[in-house]
Amino acid sequence: MSILYLLIACSVSLALIFLGAFFWAQRSGQNDDLYTPSMRMLLDEEEEEIPPEK
Amino acid sequence: MANTFLEKTICYHCGDDVISGGYVIDDKQFCCNGCKSVFQILSENKLCSYYNYNQHPGATRTRTDKRFDYLSEPSIVSELIDYTDEQITIVTFYIPHIHCSSCLWLLEQLNKINPAVHYCRVDFLKKQLNIRFDHHKMSLQQLVELLDDIGYEPLISLQDIIKKQNSGTRDNLVLKIAVAGFCFGNVMLLSFPEYFGLSVYEQSFKHFFGWLNILFALPVVFFSGRGYFISAWQNLRKKVLSIDFPLALGIAVLFGRTVLDVLTHTGAGFGDTLCGLVFFLLLGKFVQKKTYHHISFERDYRSFFPVAVHIIEDTTERPVPLSQLKTGHRIIIRNNEIIPADAILLKGDALIDFSFVTGESIPVGKTLGEIIYAGGRQTGEAIEMEVIKPVSQSYLTQLWNNEAFTRKQDNRIQTFNEKVSKYFTIVLLTIAFAALIFWLPSDAKRGFAAFTAVLIVACPCALALSTPFTMSAALSIFDRNRFYLKNTRVVEQMAEINTIVMDKTGTITTGDNDSVKIAAVLTEAQKALVYSACVNSMHPLSRMICQYLGNTDKLPISEYMEVAGKGIIATVNGHKLRLGSGKLALNVADDAVNMTRVHMVIDNKYLGFFAFAHRYRDGLKGITALSPAYELFLLSGDQDHEKVELSGFFTDGQQMYFNQSPQDKLDFIQTLQQMSRKVMMIGDGLNDSGALKQSNLGIAVTDNVNNFSPGSDAILDGKSFSKLPSFLRFSKDTVNIIHFSFLISLTYNLIGLSYAITGKLSPLTAAILMPLSTVTIISFTSLATHFAAKRRKLT
Repeated sequence: MSILYLLIACSVSLALIFLGAFFWAQRSGQNDDLYTPSMRMLLDEEEEEIPPEK
Repeated sequence: MANTFLEKTICYHCGDDVISGGYVIDDKQFCCNGCKSVFQILSENKLCSYYNYNQHPGATRTRTDKRFDYLSEPSIVSELIDYTDEQITIVTFYIPHIHCSSCLWLLEQLNKINPAVHYCRVDFLKKQLNIRFDHHKMSLQQLVELLDDIGYEPLISLQDIIKKQNSGTRDNLVLKIAVAGFCFGNVMLLSFPEYFGLSVYEQSFKHFFGWLNILFALPVVFFSGRGYFISAWQNLRKKVLSIDFPLALGIAVLFGRTVLDVLTHTGAGFGDTLCGLVFFLLLGKFVQKKTYHHISFERDYRSFFPVAVHIIEDTTERPVPLSQLKTGHRIIIRNNEIIPADAILLKGDALIDFSFVTGESIPVGKTLGEIIYAGGRQTGEAIEMEVIKPVSQSYLTQLWNNEAFTRKQDNRIQTFNEKVSKYFTIVLLTIAFAALIFWLPSDAKRGFAAFTAVLIVACPCALALSTPFTMSAALSIFDRNRFYLKNTRVVEQMAEINTIVMDKTGTITTGDNDSVKIAAVLTEAQKALVYSACVNSMHPLSRMICQYLGNTDKLPISEYMEVAGKGIIATVNGHKLRLGSGKLALNVADDAVNMTRVHMVIDNKYLGFFAFAHRYRDGLKGITALSPAYELFLLSGDQDHEKVELSGFFTDGQQMYFNQSPQDKLDFIQTLQQMSRKVMMIGDGLNDSGALKQSNLGIAVTDNVNNFSPGSDAILDGKSFSKLPSFLRFSKDTVNIIHFSFLISLTYNLIGLSYAITGKLSPLTAAILMPLSTVTIISFTSLATHFAAKRRKLT
């Protein structure tokens, strides 16, 4: 059962990596604006020709 | 009735009605030159997709007389920008017009119009635009002018509060929650074996798990939970027993017991309860913190004033920041500009609109040499004035020197939480010490166990959560009904209100004037007669008729009499006119409900009437029906023109007060408060800001939430004015829900206490009881709040 020591160490360090990733995301401002990107992705990147009017 | 209904054309850019033709390009109609020029700029730069994402995305551009030359003044520029170096400058603008995906698309394509712009990013909810540009190729002024040219004028004010509050609130609450949640999950996992029982040969794991639990509890206590210790200590020093004190005590005891139990091998400790407690508490804090990124509740006069004013010095004109404006400066004020300081009129025709300062909607003419107070808006030609008082000491801004603005908000009502937690703490400590003393003589160890168990189990976690969760649910309901509260305390303040004071202009009246309908066919000659009679009257209805009829010739009047509250009797150009109520014009009482009519009789011939849809907001009747449960008052800054119309809602002399200066309004509120009434003030303008601040609950009414509204506790969209009675009732429901959930949490506490005082509280019981009570409270409060909202017909 001593393998449990290793497994727990593995699981905790994995969880710590995720926690660290979250810290990084939060610090670098990735969660600051959660709304605008959802609109931005619906807009066309480059327009070749003006589409016909409605 | 002749109905001349022309086919309506709509401006391609802004969607307003096209009244006068003549602005046409590519078969597209525009309402004004401003809109047309925006389209021209966009089509030149091949940015016409702007019009494909949404229909009529633009803002109307009828006014194009904005001047931004003050942005060439380095001292002003340096205050506005975020960052600058040799090459680039970064600046963030607040642009109120940002409202759709077209705005987003266009503003992020600025680079196509001017390559000097390197980068632009819109934050849609905050309505902010972050721009990085090359300041060698483009000045800040040019940038702002570019934005203005395409219809997105940034709002630049002295008191850039939106920017300040957005940068100020960045704390690491989310990180604290993340850490607490992380530890909570891990500790739970490690505690399960202990609860399910470990066999004899697995005992070595027990210590290992115990040590790990302590390790996980460390960041929870010292990073996530630190705020509770700090605030409990600060409150203790102020001799206040806040809810944070028993919470901090609970956290400390839980941690102490856990460490002790693990070290002495007496038990598994309370690591999971500890982490869960802190996690849920922080979650409660998080939901309570509701921020409106685009609304500011802390505005003062500085946000209404321009950033700079033009002064004349040795015949040259230059912009000067308001803070540097001194007595003796000669300033020039153009059409639609606000006078920033008390000044003497030296040159030009002054016609000042004081509506924002006094509530009086009719512009006032001023003669040369007269003192004009700050806050008025010039309409007409440019005028020159000499400043006689610095900005901070003018008539209007003096209001801010009143103690209502300097004093901390101690007239606010104590929240339920604050009231209860004081007694709660005392009772809790009494029980804990009683248990200790009871067991101490017989079994010291058990006494200590009982003492700590009481502090653990009675930790008012559920109590601390009931308010935030109820309030955040209530706040989101208010929010959906376009009623924006500054914070969660406001809900409880609203429930305690028993007196409502209202401002008139802009608060109970609507701003728009297009509610005039004519039920008569008038010839041009008759129109001129009516116009000539009405133009002499200062009554709002007369003003509206004049506006409706437009500019016609003014005819000579030989006889003129205005009967207060009735109408006008006049002889114009030899014709006898009777304009006014049915009583005056026809000698029969008017029976029209919900609208005011002005009947016209010319030379004893009845021609018909003008109908005015009520200029009062919908639901005023509903609010006046709140009396006698609430005491109602109306304070108006303007003359008593509308006394008669208003007497249907308020009784004169007791409820209505006219000619009230901003200071009068403040004093009136104060007098009411001295009679120990809880006063809610509803106002809209700068003239109400003193009263709003002084009142127990100040609500600013506005037709456009993004526009300026004075500092207040809550901002109400004019469209939701009729829902105010429902809001009041709902706030009372909310407080009842909090009371009830307090009872629930007390029940849980009592159950826990019955285990605790015997000294036999197992970690398992605590670990079950704590999350169970929390979940009950959270689900009860959110369900009950939504049910109450439904009952009050609030969606």
